[in-house]
Amino acid sequence: MQDLSLHILDLIQNSIAAGASLIKLTIYEDKEKNWLTIDIEDNGKGMDKIAMRRAADPFYTTRSTRKVGLGLPLFVAMAQRCGGDVVLKSTKGKGTSIKSGFQLNHIDRPPFGKLEDTITTLILCNPDIDFVYIHKVNDDEFKLDTRDIRQIIGDIPIEHPEIINWIQSYMKDGLNEINGGVQ
Amino acid sequence: MKTLKELEEIRQRTLESVNLRKDRTGARVVVGMATCGIAAGARPILMAFLEEIKNRSLKDITVTQTGCIGVCRLEPMVEVYLPGKDKVTYVKMTPEKVKRVVAEHLVNNQVVQEFTIGAAEKND
Ligand SMILES: Nc1ncnc2c1ncn2[C@@H]1O[C@H](COP(=O)(O)OP(=O)(O)OP(=O)(O)O)[C@@H](O)[C@H]1O
Ligand SMILES: [Mg+2]
Repeated sequence: MQDLSLHILDLIQNSIAAGASLIKLTIYEDKEKNWLTIDIEDNGKGMDKIAMRRAADPFYTTRSTRKVGLGLPLFVAMAQRCGGDVVLKSTKGKGTSIKSGFQLNHIDRPPFGKLEDTITTLILCNPDIDFVYIHKVNDDEFKLDTRDIRQIIGDIPIEHPEIINWIQSYMKDGLNEINGGVQ
Repeated sequence: MKTLKELEEIRQRTLESVNLRKDRTGARVVVGMATCGIAAGARPILMAFLEEIKNRSLKDITVTQTGCIGVCRLEPMVEVYLPGKDKVTYVKMTPEKVKRVVAEHLVNNQVVQEFTIGAAEKND
């Protein structure tokens, strides 16, 4: 994966595949501590202990007869390369959370990429799922919650081109304002 | 800085023109969005469709995603469904190819044969 926004798009595909109806992404850039955290929480079908072990271990997946899973191991490898790690928690029937933290200024840290394109893509392609996106840079915060948007647009489908375009530029402006997701 | 207030204006403006029926009848564009698709550039393809649809003010076209379409080496892949027609699968898409698929297939109903999976497999 070339950048973090693509990793995030890929990880959230797992939440979608797990049937989540609410997916929350929180990115926190702590410049003083030189620490970046990316957390994804969903209310999908979750995993039991065995499935969790399989999800975290690429070798186990490789040996199974089913398709090799790449998304999660790629992300874990990236976090570890950048002096951090990923913690996976899941409760069967309740949901899954992926919490990651690694060095913001690490030489191997991939660029953020176009976070607004990742969220726009997710909303456009999954109009029945609610997304919450919180991006913090030190004490400044940007927040997008599709439930707030739905409340305002009422009968207009959220995937309507005009709404999608607005969401995309709203995020771009909002991230600019807090200097979030820069390189 | 954009505000949520603008959404209210968009709502007022689009309310009459919007098709509120759930049973959409228009074209459907489906982009493969598994790990292989994303790594190969599925997202810029999807954004390119969005951009073309906006620029041409096309109505009633659904852009959506699916998991793995199957052939990783041919990603990014896109399926186009027109009402009453067979599915067409385009492979190794680029933003430039998207422009032609929109102009020729979605607007003028002409499949862009050279970009299809059939053409790609013949070349193998
Ligand atoms: N949020 C989640 N909720 C439930 N199960 C999950 C979640 N994330 C991962 N899993 C499980 O872990 C497995 C491995 O995930 P991973 O992203 O590594 O591979 P994949 O999605 O199967 O395939 P790929 O990402 O290569 O297309 C998944 O198949 C799924 O069973
Ligand atoms: Mg995956």
